[in-house]
Amino acid sequence: MKVHLKVWRQKQGAAKGKFETYTVDNVSPDSSFLEMFDILNEQLVAQDKEPIVFDHDCREGICGMCSMTINGIPHGPERKTTVCQLHMRKFKDGDTIVVEPWRAGAFPLKQDLIVSRDALDLIQQAGGFISARIGSPQDANAIPIPKEIADKAMDAAACIGCGACVAACPNASAMLFTSAKVSHLNYLPQGAPERNRRTIAMVEKMDELGFGNCSNYGECQAVCPKGITLDFIAKMNRDYAIAKAAEAAK
Amino acid sequence: MLNLDSKIPEGEISKKWSNFKFHAKLVNPSNRRKFSVIVVGSGLAGASAAASLAEQGYNIKCFCYQDSPRRAHSIAAQGGINAAKNYQNDGDSIYRLFYDTVKGGDFRSREANVYRLAEVSVNIIDQCVALGVPFAREYGGLLANRSFGGAQVSRTFYARGQTGQQLLLGAYSALERQIGLGKVKMYTRREMLDLVKVDGHAKGIIVRNLVTGEIERYAADAVLLCTGGYGNVFYLSTNAQGCNVTAAYRCYKRGAGFANPCFTQIHPTCIPQHGDQQSKLTLMSESLRNDGRVWVPKKAEDCTKNPNDIPEDARDYYLERKYPSFGNLAPRDISSRAAKEACDDGRGVGPAVNGERRGVYLDFADAIKRDGLKTVEEKYGNLFEMYERITGENAYETPMRIYPASHYTMGGLWVDYNLQSTIPGLFVLGEANFSDHGANRLGASALMQGLADGYFVIPYTLPDYLARVGAKNISTDRSEFDEVEKEVRAKIEKLMAVKGNKSPRQFHIELGKVMWEYCGMARSEESLKKALELIPKIREDFWKNVKVVGTEDNINTELERAGRVADFLEFAEVMCLDALNRNESCGAHFRVEYQTEDGEAKRNDAEYSYAAVWEYAGEGKAPNLYKEVITHDEVKPVVRSYK
Repeated sequence: MKVHLKVWRQKQGAAKGKFETYTVDNVSPDSSFLEMFDILNEQLVAQDKEPIVFDHDCREGICGMCSMTINGIPHGPERKTTVCQLHMRKFKDGDTIVVEPWRAGAFPLKQDLIVSRDALDLIQQAGGFISARIGSPQDANAIPIPKEIADKAMDAAACIGCGACVAACPNASAMLFTSAKVSHLNYLPQGAPERNRRTIAMVEKMDELGFGNCSNYGECQAVCPKGITLDFIAKMNRDYAIAKAAEAAK
Repeated sequence: MLNLDSKIPEGEISKKWSNFKFHAKLVNPSNRRKFSVIVVGSGLAGASAAASLAEQGYNIKCFCYQDSPRRAHSIAAQGGINAAKNYQNDGDSIYRLFYDTVKGGDFRSREANVYRLAEVSVNIIDQCVALGVPFAREYGGLLANRSFGGAQVSRTFYARGQTGQQLLLGAYSALERQIGLGKVKMYTRREMLDLVKVDGHAKGIIVRNLVTGEIERYAADAVLLCTGGYGNVFYLSTNAQGCNVTAAYRCYKRGAGFANPCFTQIHPTCIPQHGDQQSKLTLMSESLRNDGRVWVPKKAEDCTKNPNDIPEDARDYYLERKYPSFGNLAPRDISSRAAKEACDDGRGVGPAVNGERRGVYLDFADAIKRDGLKTVEEKYGNLFEMYERITGENAYETPMRIYPASHYTMGGLWVDYNLQSTIPGLFVLGEANFSDHGANRLGASALMQGLADGYFVIPYTLPDYLARVGAKNISTDRSEFDEVEKEVRAKIEKLMAVKGNKSPRQFHIELGKVMWEYCGMARSEESLKKALELIPKIREDFWKNVKVVGTEDNINTELERAGRVADFLEFAEVMCLDALNRNESCGAHFRVEYQTEDGEAKRNDAEYSYAAVWEYAGEGKAPNLYKEVITHDEVKPVVRSYK
């Protein structure tokens, strides 16, 4: 296959970037999108040009590192698929493909297609944990957890923290991410003692970091490679209201 | 001169760890804040170690090359984690898990370490549940288990097909909590490039900031290496793109012994290479072999045909033919080698890569006929979906294609019972060390070891060291740091200065081909000698012709790869020397000269019941070999048979 690319290039520290146009020939339809980028980069190296830097690591859709907006859609056209698992057979010979970094105020651009997602770690630090001291837990079967509850917690915990939800949202909201993290722990009995504290801390940290609010566009759910749904945002809003009411009652 | 004192505590095997803990020196709670510890890597071993030690009160500096500690490659493990909980009342026990692990490692692991691993395995599950890991549960609300990797008991805990991810997120959440509390300082997008020793003890590291390109120095009272395995020496593997041997190898060059580098595990059920543009291989759960039948055409001329047009009598179900009692469930190494033999015989299927077809069929047609499409879909739906996403083929209609790939490395830096390497103050955890899996690792045991080392072993063994040496408050202004930093800078400059005409990736591919061909699934004296002849040539070519474009002062992925490939090019030689030295077949190490008539691995306990530990002897010199004799006081070696 032959594809034409318009790729965002921006030097480190530069205020502005721009699209550069490239053509990659002889790409196998069985190659992944990132393998096509490998070929392009080898091509650039051969011409003594600086290759395009982009984040990626596991290349099997689980580490959450890869992050490209392809033709306007974070992670590209295939549903429930990260960029690294997207294959060239999903494109047509001769296509022009536009590739940009995640765009959000809270994700400052570092270089080319690489942005900083440190803000997601900061939300986690604010309360995305259970304070269980290492070395002194009770037996794992001491608290039975109904299968339905454990499954729901697992649905939320499947989030890979890639940030596509933020990149897709017109408000650059991190509500889908934060609600997945909050819900995973809030569903579980082990997470109950810190439930209110956690919810307030994580929501407020998210606001403080400059992420927007949710106004129910649903774009986040549409691009989420792990199928995290809006229900969790509803749950987080409910947990937040309860936590605030409890705080006010004190 | 390496000192291989394993420091195994006194007493019978079940009392050793308790003995150690009682006799270990402790650091008073108010004194712990005077110590700082460097943790390199943030996977299961690194994150759990950093969180545990920070909770105890030590000051931690944690480093990873990714943008967040949550992305380490432990995250990709699918299957599960073993623990001797015996929740299923099927006869499991600490002793049985210990026994299975020693046997699975083909009697090349240190019994005392393995026993401790089995002992703390039960605490790991408790800890993970307390941290909120959403393991699979039964309707009664209790934890579910499954049997895995040929074990006769159900001791594997799992979280859908994402166990590694969930365990890592548990450790990561504990780590993030400590970062928030200020006890851990996290350094992301940093790559460790060297170790700094002061008076013979590991007291610091030199790293490159992968964003700004700055070379940075960090000092501490001890260094913990949790940097994973070296499977990417084969170029194509199931490892993440960034996995590398650099941190471990540079410690080796500073005096840490490297043990059993030739013990590398090959996983039989990966998706075959689609062509020469391939960058990584994806593993599919081995559970597929429970219902899929493995075959290749009997005749080479059938290999290009549509598999559905090949009649039953023209198919060779070679695993069922060769191993009638285990059939398609024959162990990982045996089924991997059998697939290679079939392809070497010219009967491989799928696309030809460089003129060779490297794939075999895994056929579900009989299972679908027997159990119905719906049942097969329920069991393996997500795997079939993954297969289709990658290959574009529907495995319900046409057989899957699979081929073995490099997956895990049992070898690693030598450590004693305390997980301390031959450099005092340098501790090595998880896949990066050599200690627990011997010559082969059982399924669902990698996650167990990473967390055991980080949550339950190092919090006891490291304080013992710290209490003995005392807090030193080392300054990075010392001349030792100047010298190592100078060497690191010189190496980077050297790489940038070659200005040749071949990219680092091309050298990596070249090396990978040599390693896979001559030091892969099956090795021989001849093939290893061939590899040892070829590797120095590639290395020489590398230093003459490598081309690193761009500059050092920003994100430069070419420079990162060049540094890693340079180390792989040296390390590969140690790996081949080790494979050549080991004149036996054991576990994942198969030397074609040493096999039974049935093609089974033939161990040589009389001469090779030892861990081969290599000491760096200087540039251009062959490394020195030391031996730690492996004794079998508990589990008497037996010959395995899967006929």
